[in-house]
Amino acid sequence: MSARKKLLNPTSVAALVGSALLLFLALAGPSIWGPAADTTDVSSRLLGASAAHPFGTDELGRDILARVLTATRLTLLLTLGSTLIALAGGVVFGLVASILPKHPRRLFTGLLDILLAFPWLLMVLFFTVIWGATATGAMLAIGFAGVPSFARLVYNLASSVSGRDYVRAARVVGVGPVGILLRHVLPNIANPFFVNAAATASVTLLSFAGLSFLGLGVQAPAYDWGRMLQEGILRIYINPLAAVGPGIAIVLAGLVFTLVSEAVAGTRGAGFRAVAARAAGAVTLASRRRESVRDSAAPVGDTAAEITDLHIAFRDADGGVVERVRGVDLRIARGEIVGIVGESGSGKSLTAMALAGLLGDDAVVTTASHRFDDIDMAGALTASDRARLGVELGMVFQDPLTSLNPALTIGRQLTEVPEVHMGMRPRAARARAADALTAVGIPDAATRLTQYPHEFSGGMRQRAMIGMALTGAPRLIIADEPTTALDVTVQRQVMGVLHRAQEETGAAIVFISHDIALVSAFCDRVIVMKDGRMVETLDAERIREDAQHPYTKALIACLPDMTSDRTQPLPVIPPELVPEALDDAGPVGVRQPSGASAHDQEVPV
Amino acid sequence: MTTTPPPATAEVVETTTAALAARVEERRLRRGLSPRTAFLLRRLGRLVVSLAVVIIASFLLMYLVPGDPVRAALGQSATPQLVEATRTQLGLDRPMGEQFVRFIGGLLTGDLGTSVRLQRPVADVIAQRFPTTLLLAVLAFVIAVIAALPAGIGAAVLARSGRRRGLSITLSAVLGILIAVPSFLVAVALISLFAVQLGWLPAAGWGQPADAVLPVIALAIGPMAYLVRIVQVEMLAVLDTTYMTTARAKRLPRRLVYLRHALPNIVTASLTVGGLILAGLTAATVLIETVFAIPGLGTIMVSSVGAKDYPMVQGVVIVYALIVLGVNLVVDVILATIDPRSSITEG
Repeated sequence: MSARKKLLNPTSVAALVGSALLLFLALAGPSIWGPAADTTDVSSRLLGASAAHPFGTDELGRDILARVLTATRLTLLLTLGSTLIALAGGVVFGLVASILPKHPRRLFTGLLDILLAFPWLLMVLFFTVIWGATATGAMLAIGFAGVPSFARLVYNLASSVSGRDYVRAARVVGVGPVGILLRHVLPNIANPFFVNAAATASVTLLSFAGLSFLGLGVQAPAYDWGRMLQEGILRIYINPLAAVGPGIAIVLAGLVFTLVSEAVAGTRGAGFRAVAARAAGAVTLASRRRESVRDSAAPVGDTAAEITDLHIAFRDADGGVVERVRGVDLRIARGEIVGIVGESGSGKSLTAMALAGLLGDDAVVTTASHRFDDIDMAGALTASDRARLGVELGMVFQDPLTSLNPALTIGRQLTEVPEVHMGMRPRAARARAADALTAVGIPDAATRLTQYPHEFSGGMRQRAMIGMALTGAPRLIIADEPTTALDVTVQRQVMGVLHRAQEETGAAIVFISHDIALVSAFCDRVIVMKDGRMVETLDAERIREDAQHPYTKALIACLPDMTSDRTQPLPVIPPELVPEALDDAGPVGVRQPSGASAHDQEVPV
Repeated sequence: MTTTPPPATAEVVETTTAALAARVEERRLRRGLSPRTAFLLRRLGRLVVSLAVVIIASFLLMYLVPGDPVRAALGQSATPQLVEATRTQLGLDRPMGEQFVRFIGGLLTGDLGTSVRLQRPVADVIAQRFPTTLLLAVLAFVIAVIAALPAGIGAAVLARSGRRRGLSITLSAVLGILIAVPSFLVAVALISLFAVQLGWLPAAGWGQPADAVLPVIALAIGPMAYLVRIVQVEMLAVLDTTYMTTARAKRLPRRLVYLRHALPNIVTASLTVGGLILAGLTAATVLIETVFAIPGLGTIMVSSVGAKDYPMVQGVVIVYALIVLGVNLVVDVILATIDPRSSITEG
């Protein structure tokens, strides 16, 4: 974001205006309102709010509004003092800790953590005992009580930077710890540092108000907002504004510091931008929805699932809409194994999730038709539809470490479908779950059911996921890169389990992968996706011979085999095929005659 | 738009974290301790060290005070005889080592010394006032938790994946303000509205149930807003996980999806924050007791600090520290008991 844009957003403007106002009051306040604030007038003591005294008067007849304005200077000076102590102490301790050797460093951070366990206010009170209940004492107490948390922050920031590659590189070429600190660490922690410094100032202001309010900070005849609050609350029945006035001043000043912190941090997409985004998103949604009603009566026959003219879009940060899947037609026959290959971002996983009807509300999905067996997935689902989907549609995801619920036992997760959708009693559901685990090759199923996912290895978790699909009566299993996160030997086991599951249940499988070799070995049919479109559909057994689209050919060419020339570098996807260079080429249909001139170019390998 | 990193990065991070956690766990198993026991032992160790830090700090208080603490406590007008008598009474005329042994011995037998100002045993004063403070903190905590859990979960479910932007922006603004405004200012606002303007509730005092209403609300509002935010953020993260997609893929009823699959996964974070909140509430009682003139630990702490009544301050500091550390330990024990995962195996 440009510096100009950064200055022009509402948060920054409010922060600037607020800071300017505070600065003005601190500089000029005492000379403008000071006389009125100190003028005693016994005849007008303890008055309520009036035009002459908007906040009323105190017990000596002094104008409370004038006193609130005058008190800005002292309040801010004390806040500044405490904040500087906390920052200076935090920077020194935090940076020193970050360059200490391992053992003293751990001792030091351990000590910091112990201090941090105690609420700030308790530490302040403890220090106040030492330095006394005066303005200076309170300033020191609040400042020093803030040191541990700021030191921890600086330490965390510094050590997060010092682990990075460029700092390691500097160390390798012999830059000393101090040089690294000055040249590499400090510049890189500057932004979070200032964000937190402003936040600290906000907290300090409120703490100071609290301490003065307790009578342990500023002492009469001097006064800050906290002190005024303490005096005001005693007379809250006579004049509530005597307490509420200084209270408002404290809250507003705290808000200004918070805004400064927010502005330094950079903008969050709130306010005007969100409104703009919503307006833009709503317009696009309305225009796209109109297309989605046609061809709703497709033949059921031997189709396991079908989706036609699938478009998936997401709103982007600037309020526009990005289309990630652009018109995909997918029909899965009963018992068929279909592979979808493509690189990251080709839309293959989104297509699979849309087929299962599991995309979140942030995705804008439109289809011409979308069926699972005889269920119309585009319309509203009835309770019995949902039960059937739970039983008949199985999902296996990429990362088995995250696809099982860590807080529930494997047994709990595998008995849900039989219990909820198939009306089984717990005992029968448990037996079914144990059978499913045995079927995916996990021995001692009864014990395994009582365990949690973290007690399973990655490969076992993936098999348990397949077992979860088997606890129902699957007609279709959608496996979204089920082996990508696993190492090669485990991959083979999982593929074997998936294959057996297919043979035993006769379920169709949609298998998504970026590995064209794996897909062509396992599937009947291979679909190649790129940039949200299907570019080609191929018979798995004749994939090398039949591939027409340059992208598919390039994918195949990248596969090393026994005849690969090992003196040559490994082939890569040529750059003209990588980004959206193919947009104009368009997809190659299944039965489209080969040799369209645009696709004839030889792919250099 | 969401601030989550792109999926690829998130997966890499999660995998490495899981791998790390597995390694830590393995190391521990080799040592022959269950992760749970190791975790509790480590936390118990930290508690002992923390307690030692507090006790030593409060013992040293007398020495950290500039000048003569006895003279400071009794004021400039006290006679030299009185100062010397008090010094003997406090044991400050003995060597430092002997004083420390006496101090520790006193702590073990429940003798916290005698208040200079009140001329009463510190332990008695604390015992008399402790229940009031505890009642305030616990009531506020219970109310905050009961209100925050459903509010946070509801907010997350309603505003999931960028829906209802207006609602979520308004909510986060309101929560931000409630979190930022300190409890004693909330108290002032509550008093001026409910006690002064409407006259429904007493502005100060302690003795009847109605006296507790405003203080407890003033204490509860900030922590409640904070907890709503934490629960909402945690819940949003949980709703985005693959295992929640797994649960949705099973087409379970919403009730099961949220209560069985999501709720247990936010308990750890909520409990940890809950512990912090309860500890923070004990500190906030100091201010709230002063606003409402409630005779608890906070008011005696403040008046003792002002009067430089060091034995009293030492006693109250140690009691507060015990509360904070006790709350932390209880949270840790609950976490180790209910959390099946390796979140307790952090390094």
